[in-house]
Amino acid sequence: MEVLSFLASGVLTALEPINLGLILIGVTVGLFIGAMPGLGSVNGVAILLPVTFLVPPASAIIFLAAIYYGAMYGGAISSVTLGIPGASTAVATTFDGRPLALQGRASLALVTAALASFVGGTVATVFFSLFAPLLATVALNFGPPEIFALMLLAFATFVGLGGDDIPKTIFSICFGLVLATVGFDTISGEPRLVLFDIQGFIRGIGFIVLAIGVYGIGEMLWTIEQTRGDITTTNPRMTAKGLASDAREAVRRGWKGTWIGSVLGFFVGVLPAAGATPGSLMSYGVAKMISKTPGEYGHGSPDGVAAPEAANNSASTGSMLPMLTLGIPGSPTTAILLGGMVIWGLTPGPRLFIDESEFVWGLIGSFYISNLAAVLINLAFIPLFVWMLRMPFTILAPLIFVLSIVGGFAASRSMHDLWLIVIFGLGAFFMRKFDYPLAPAVLAIVLGPIAEPTLRQSLLLSSGDPMIFFNRPIAGPITVVAIILILLPALRLLRRKRSVASG
Amino acid sequence: MKFSKRVFLGLAAGSALATLPMSAWAEDWQPTRPVDFTIMAGSGGGADQIARFVQSVVEANDMTNRPLIPTNRGGGSGAEALLHLKDARDPDHTLMVTLNSFYTTPIRQEGLGVDIEKFTPITMMGVDPFVLWVHKDSGITTFEQYIEKVREMDGEFVMGGTGTGQEDSIVIAYMSGAFDLDIKYIPYDGGGAVAKDLAGQQIMATVNNPAEAKGFYEAGDFIPLLAFSDERMDAYPDVPTLKEKGHDFSYYNQRAIVGAPGMSDEAAAYYRDLFGKVYEGEDWQTYLVSESLSPLPMDEAQTRAYWTTQVENHRKLLSEIDG
Repeated sequence: MEVLSFLASGVLTALEPINLGLILIGVTVGLFIGAMPGLGSVNGVAILLPVTFLVPPASAIIFLAAIYYGAMYGGAISSVTLGIPGASTAVATTFDGRPLALQGRASLALVTAALASFVGGTVATVFFSLFAPLLATVALNFGPPEIFALMLLAFATFVGLGGDDIPKTIFSICFGLVLATVGFDTISGEPRLVLFDIQGFIRGIGFIVLAIGVYGIGEMLWTIEQTRGDITTTNPRMTAKGLASDAREAVRRGWKGTWIGSVLGFFVGVLPAAGATPGSLMSYGVAKMISKTPGEYGHGSPDGVAAPEAANNSASTGSMLPMLTLGIPGSPTTAILLGGMVIWGLTPGPRLFIDESEFVWGLIGSFYISNLAAVLINLAFIPLFVWMLRMPFTILAPLIFVLSIVGGFAASRSMHDLWLIVIFGLGAFFMRKFDYPLAPAVLAIVLGPIAEPTLRQSLLLSSGDPMIFFNRPIAGPITVVAIILILLPALRLLRRKRSVASG
Repeated sequence: MKFSKRVFLGLAAGSALATLPMSAWAEDWQPTRPVDFTIMAGSGGGADQIARFVQSVVEANDMTNRPLIPTNRGGGSGAEALLHLKDARDPDHTLMVTLNSFYTTPIRQEGLGVDIEKFTPITMMGVDPFVLWVHKDSGITTFEQYIEKVREMDGEFVMGGTGTGQEDSIVIAYMSGAFDLDIKYIPYDGGGAVAKDLAGQQIMATVNNPAEAKGFYEAGDFIPLLAFSDERMDAYPDVPTLKEKGHDFSYYNQRAIVGAPGMSDEAAAYYRDLFGKVYEGEDWQTYLVSESLSPLPMDEAQTRAYWTTQVENHRKLLSEIDG
């Protein structure tokens, strides 16, 4: 088979000493950049882009892709150990990773995250190797109506969960959507909801700002209030035997989330508008929805860690696809990689696979190697990260506060964002106090900026006719499924009432 | 001799100075801390690519003693970057890479109180022409066929762009006025998204910089119909210009580096020298050709005059769109 011979030579390219060395360095650097709250793969790749001028293009992109991978693994680390998402792609990992750490099972959460990431990355790479050109065509068929339908589906998975308090979930989503509309509006070309005329709001509210506020500061306040600060959050013992038994448990209790995340993450990642963050949140929602024990989610389910982690790795591979085949970035990080390729004198786009096949297959080969390197390096560091958790919370809490502030500032270098982080932290604390779910608000602020413009673009296309979401071959079925999912809890409620009345 | 710590430090400093190249003495002014290299747009777009390219050239050739730190401040169609420069606490270390929102955003958002004529001209790296593109499956191969098709569809012909008041919308508005066209315009949040939806035929035509459509053009998916440049472009010699069609209109995206208002003359001279060298260098000259940028070298006085005319032109063009 032609593909296999290309792939074999690609893997050999990736194993050349210089490339292998760059992979190992890139993955390790990425791991730590990803683990720093606020700093994600975007920052890592942007900072190290000029360095790549010193090596040939194939090695350069292999290095940057390795950082991207490493950061996806690393994002989980602070999500689990500190409860602050290391990167926006790892927000969903805090939902269950943090509770596991609080139960003293941090190592289980980290091992699950590492293994799920490995599977997600590898599954995505296999899809990538086999179907790249085909999938590029599929991505092109996703216009504004299709993307909006997909976003609707993502919201539906969160509303339709049934277990939570639905009015509060809807309130939380609406609150997030309002925050998502702040800033410059592309469609009208005017600034919108510039609160109190503060110029900082023109830029809009950054997702990472909200995530650090809610999960860093908010979570810290909550833990202090719950425990009065006199507990050690966890008292993990790390031994090789413990690690192995955690790995077995991770496989047993996390495989379902892993495969959902791997497949779903990849397809969401391939769509140029979406990227790894929506992919991981959607996978979490879907995994919870089809789980037999959805009640476990949010209280430390290994599936809940596995799904978003598999998805963010899978999606980051997926988002390379539109970048290489169409020249369109699927995520902020690939946008920078794309800039890099132009600098190296390559033209990303439909001809890249033909004109530069050695470059492309070298990169694909490096995905396999990077993944393997990342999972091994990550597993090796887990005892170190878990050991950090032995600090009493009275020491850990100020550390979390400092990391949140530093990380929030490093991302944008703006004081405005720092105040927002503090305000969101306090807001999140009170929302939790009154039992409002926070995840839907976070989901809304990620998906809102994609859903709103695509809704308006679609309606512009159809001159205001909403049937555009139903009569297109891809958008139609997705919209119908989304609407059914949204209505499902209401129907269930109705049926329950009826059976009570008749019984 | 007793080798005290002070003596040791003195020797170390002396030897460090001795190894400095002579050129360092020729300059009066040098940056004393990392240089804020603000980009007026988000990551991945044309301005971002250029900024990172320039940074890479500077870095690779070790041309500065302090690094350039690129930061994307694309919020509010560049308003964020303009405000950042206007209120820069250290104007000597604050630069910006521009596109035409440099002119349009202060006009459209008067509340910002930004007067770009107070900014410090540094280097004009080139100007980026605009081209009208259609998909190969549209059956359209000439500008005349395009006009006919748009008229035939009577308001249902869909074009995509980067938003009302943005560069391509100005070009489309002019073209619609000149040829009496009724076009349905869908705003997107970046040139890449526009190109993708033309490739997927979600929209029927776009006006885009060649850099953003190049990959699809080379693969044969996109067909260029008309260039909005002064003369025919080297990369597309068979594509007529709007001027040939009898309308005296051309439009370019400015790719320039500007300094914060209030930058000292010494600092400005240093940066002009630095980016002048980048401009002359082989890397940038190759880039100009491969991305179809046109060179437009100007000195400080010429740049100021250019800004004044551009602001006037944009005020007129925008008032036609909004009015």
